[in-house]
Amino acid sequence: MISFSHVSKRYAGGFEALRDVSLTIESGELVLITGHSGAGKSTLLKLMAAIELASSGAVLISGQNLAKLTPAAVPFLRRRFGIVFQDHKLLYDRNVFQNVLLPLQIAGFDGRDAARRARAALDKVGLLGKEKAAPITLSGGEQQRVCIARAVAHRPAVLLVDEPTGNLDEAYARNIVELFRAFHQVGVTVVIATHDRSVGEQLSARTIHLGQGRIAA
Amino acid sequence: MRDHGRALRDAAGRLVASPMASLLSVLVIAVALSLPVGLYVGLSHLQSFTRQLSSDPQVSIFLALDADSRDAAAVEQKLRSDPEISGYRFIARAQALSDLRRNAGLSDVLDNLKQNPLPDAFVATVHGNRPETLERLRDDAAGWPKVGHVQLDSEWARKLDAALRLGRTAVEILGALLAAALVAVTFNTIRLQILTRREEIEVAKLIGATNPFVRRPFLWFGTLQGLAGGLAAWGVVALAIHLLNRDLAGLAALYSADFRMPGLSLPDAATLLAFSAVLGWLGAWLSVTRHLRRIGRV
Repeated sequence: MISFSHVSKRYAGGFEALRDVSLTIESGELVLITGHSGAGKSTLLKLMAAIELASSGAVLISGQNLAKLTPAAVPFLRRRFGIVFQDHKLLYDRNVFQNVLLPLQIAGFDGRDAARRARAALDKVGLLGKEKAAPITLSGGEQQRVCIARAVAHRPAVLLVDEPTGNLDEAYARNIVELFRAFHQVGVTVVIATHDRSVGEQLSARTIHLGQGRIAA
Repeated sequence: MRDHGRALRDAAGRLVASPMASLLSVLVIAVALSLPVGLYVGLSHLQSFTRQLSSDPQVSIFLALDADSRDAAAVEQKLRSDPEISGYRFIARAQALSDLRRNAGLSDVLDNLKQNPLPDAFVATVHGNRPETLERLRDDAAGWPKVGHVQLDSEWARKLDAALRLGRTAVEILGALLAAALVAVTFNTIRLQILTRREEIEVAKLIGATNPFVRRPFLWFGTLQGLAGGLAAWGVVALAIHLLNRDLAGLAALYSADFRMPGLSLPDAATLLAFSAVLGWLGAWLSVTRHLRRIGRV
């Protein structure tokens, strides 16, 4: 369970990304965070994975207050999430398979098990044939799917997705969104931040709308 | 363990992936290490040599050239009655000459002499080897009849030993400075690596890598590089000793003597390797700790 209680986030330059946000996301829920760019969607996701800390208020993950987390405990919190980054954040000095392997190595899976899980994740996003390819040779949509495979390879309880349909054509975008629905259907909590209305129309999930850092009615 | 294996492979792979850069770093480390190690080997060899010479400080009492056997007996009587003398030995002039002929390779010179230039001599040692007793004996004996010259033999060796101790301290200071240089070289190599792998580190931390996980390949890299530098330094020292021994052999032949420097002993070499590996690790640790903090909380 993810719970925000009167959370505000002010960045170093003074920009206030979130103001007095309170919300609760239950385990296994599929939730959309919508709003224009700059409305605070990305910041909301970053606060959940302790990539940023709240300036005030409390962020609780399974009852644990992230402000009280020691730096050494942060990595273990993050392993409960799979994060699909807006800019993919793939490593271009290694192939697709090795990119997907990384979170499994970090989590300490042994070699054979890690390889099996990485292949299963690539299979799920339909890229099993491209495991030896360099990420730079893939299309934007394929890179997005490698990023998704990397996010789900270690079977996290929560999937955080930031602008999944950014630069994709419509058919491809629908395809990707269906993937998230599939993860939700097997019990994964899925939180998708998007400015794309068609995602909401496709998923018909609970929607939290942000406007200038506040939750709009 | 599994993580260490992977980190080690990763580090070794990176060492091999940029052979020129690795080679130069290893060379710098090798030079920094071989200088103090080489000096240390030379000094300890000299030191053990002088220790051997000065192990038993003794007083040599040379009789006057015109002393006869009765004079020698009088001196022997004095030596026998001195309770502080632990032992003495008489070296007749003829025996001294043949010893010299045999040991110093000067037979050509000695053959040209018309008469034996060496006097009879006594060599005495004292109980406890106390310097003040030795000096008292030297001063007393100088006043005895028909005694030409008295010499405290260990003195020059003791002076040389003291000088060598000074040299040893200098080598230790040099060693400490160059060890710091090794740490600095590793620090810098790792800094550059972290800069080029910054993205990888950030992504790894975003998806749950702990600091030890991120640090590990860099620490192994520093350790391996230090170890390679230590091995190279061992090679450099061995080569230098080999070359020096070749010249020493020529020099020694001129004196009809045989002295050669021994190489680095196995325990010494093991110490060198362990030391260089630990210093490499230390440089990497300092660098990675400092620069990870800069990448900060992602």
